[in-house]
Amino acid sequence: MTIRDSYAAETDTTEGRVYSVTGGDWDSLVTEIGQTKEERVVVNMGPQHPSTHGVLRLVLELEGETITEARAGIGYLHTGIEKNAEYRTWTQGVTFVTRMDYLAPIFNETAYCLTLEKLLGITNDIPERASQIRVLMMELNRISSHMVALGTGALELGALSPMIFAFREREKVLDVFEMISGLRMNMAYVRPGGVAQDLPKGAIAKVRETVKELRHNFKDNEKLLVGNTIWMKRTQGIGYLDLAGCTTLGITGPVLRSTGMPWDLRKTEPYCGYENYEFDVITTDTCDVYGRFLIRMQELEQSLRIIEQACDKLEKSEGQPVMVADKKIAWPSQLSVGSDGMGNSLDHIREIMGTSMESLIHHFKLVTEGFRVPAGQAYAAVESPRGETGVHLVSDGGTRPYRVHFREPSFNNLQATSAMAEGGMIADVIGAVASIDPVMGGVDR
Amino acid sequence: MSENHGMFGASGSGDTSGFGGLVRSAINTGSSERPYGSYFDEITDELERAYPEFSDAIEKVVVDRGELTLHVKRDRLVETALKLRDTQSLRFEVCLGVNGVHYPEDKNRELHAVYPLLSMTHNRRIRLEVSVPDSDPHLPSLVEVWAGNNWHERETWDMFGIIFDGHPGLTRILMPDDWPGHPQRKDYPLGGIPVEYKGATVPAPSERRSYR
Repeated sequence: MTIRDSYAAETDTTEGRVYSVTGGDWDSLVTEIGQTKEERVVVNMGPQHPSTHGVLRLVLELEGETITEARAGIGYLHTGIEKNAEYRTWTQGVTFVTRMDYLAPIFNETAYCLTLEKLLGITNDIPERASQIRVLMMELNRISSHMVALGTGALELGALSPMIFAFREREKVLDVFEMISGLRMNMAYVRPGGVAQDLPKGAIAKVRETVKELRHNFKDNEKLLVGNTIWMKRTQGIGYLDLAGCTTLGITGPVLRSTGMPWDLRKTEPYCGYENYEFDVITTDTCDVYGRFLIRMQELEQSLRIIEQACDKLEKSEGQPVMVADKKIAWPSQLSVGSDGMGNSLDHIREIMGTSMESLIHHFKLVTEGFRVPAGQAYAAVESPRGETGVHLVSDGGTRPYRVHFREPSFNNLQATSAMAEGGMIADVIGAVASIDPVMGGVDR
Repeated sequence: MSENHGMFGASGSGDTSGFGGLVRSAINTGSSERPYGSYFDEITDELERAYPEFSDAIEKVVVDRGELTLHVKRDRLVETALKLRDTQSLRFEVCLGVNGVHYPEDKNRELHAVYPLLSMTHNRRIRLEVSVPDSDPHLPSLVEVWAGNNWHERETWDMFGIIFDGHPGLTRILMPDDWPGHPQRKDYPLGGIPVEYKGATVPAPSERRSYR
């Protein structure tokens, strides 16, 4: 026996039985939908989405194509670095924190070491050459980080070529990193008291050559994007956040400077001898994605200027120490880059294994136990490519940190997503997030 | 702060070297004496002028390593923050978040919250520190004062279990929503498993011989 459905009449055909769904209640459904004033859709963008800069989840409430509410969900890349660091020596901490914001490893290391040096009270004992190398590495790192920001930012808005150029430039910088530290990322090169090893032979020449190439190559992206009508239409007036918004949200870096505020820790609270370098703080007053893009573009040139000056200084300080003189803090192991990458220097091995028992004991104590840091707390910050990377360290007088906390600019700035995206179009949230340039490794730590 | 016993983490052994009986306590920084130096005197003077309840609200003023820390009573935190933000001569318009620190030995003040403040107007920095007992881990939220503290307070709740009263949505932020416990507390173990390598076993990091 067949049940007759008044909404699905059935007829027998040569193809078999066919049901025609007429849907009597559609009429009432359509009227009902028509009566509700709003058409609310909640879209879950991410955590696996090609244009959200890593594992970032955006929950967007839409009315048509307009975003009425935007919330960011984070934590997908939480690795417990801060907790782990409490179980290792102060020096090992460098190896951990370099992995936070993986596009700006040198900044994490330097911020951590500057704070630790403040805790130890040896800030003024850091050799000049070590600070010069830190500045050189930081500015190179700023270029490689800005290149990713520009490249992926453009890619996410649909422009593919800038990404190719940006990563080509980034490769060049990473080659320099590899030559100097032995590693391309997560170098753990900046150490408490100085840097892991002096520049290898030919490094300055290589840096100078790279600077020349980069200065020439940056023009490619400039030609592609600056003044490009499509690019400007996608970025101008998008992701608006003014100075008051930035201040209350604690936003720093290019986003703050795009409001016309010339706030750059390298100028306002110079560290590592930045007061001895000539460079400009770039600002725009548009408060939008285009302004932030222009800032990053022009900061590249400023970084090149600083690198050139650092090279001049490094040529003069050739042969000077790169590690603090205090043997109770300075890492005893001398590293060198060999044919198979970075490793222990053979001279040092010969000394501790063959000639000096005291050196061996000293080496063993410092490497396994580490040095003690007087009890107390300290905070220091550096201007990373994304803003203020602040480190709060607490010591209980032991050989391991009592608490390591990173005030990550990505983490803080990502809060601005809601303010930038709400009221705008869904396509513009991508541009807004890209202009914040969050790195999820830093956000989630 | 904390007190350390013995050396090399040895305990309960037949240690005759004397190291086992060592008791070392980390010095608890007391209130600093005036003059504080740098711009710190000026800041405290200005705050005292702008905030009549200063002596009641500020438990102690510590100047250490070139940094000024004001220890604030928790029920006075919002008032103090507003004064620091709005007074023309202070103008700490940026708060760089909040960070928790857990001191299990500091009885009835186990959980500390640390707020680094920045004045862009005057290019100055200070730090606020508030402590709450573990049994009553409530702090007033500062999101109304500095909106950027929103995520930072969520992180501190997530990691330390400090409850920020008045926060618009105090939920976990880094750990999964259903995670039990607060991982950055000192009574929360690091975890990890022993690893066997070529016949020898390397214990988990938190189980290794400690050099404290």
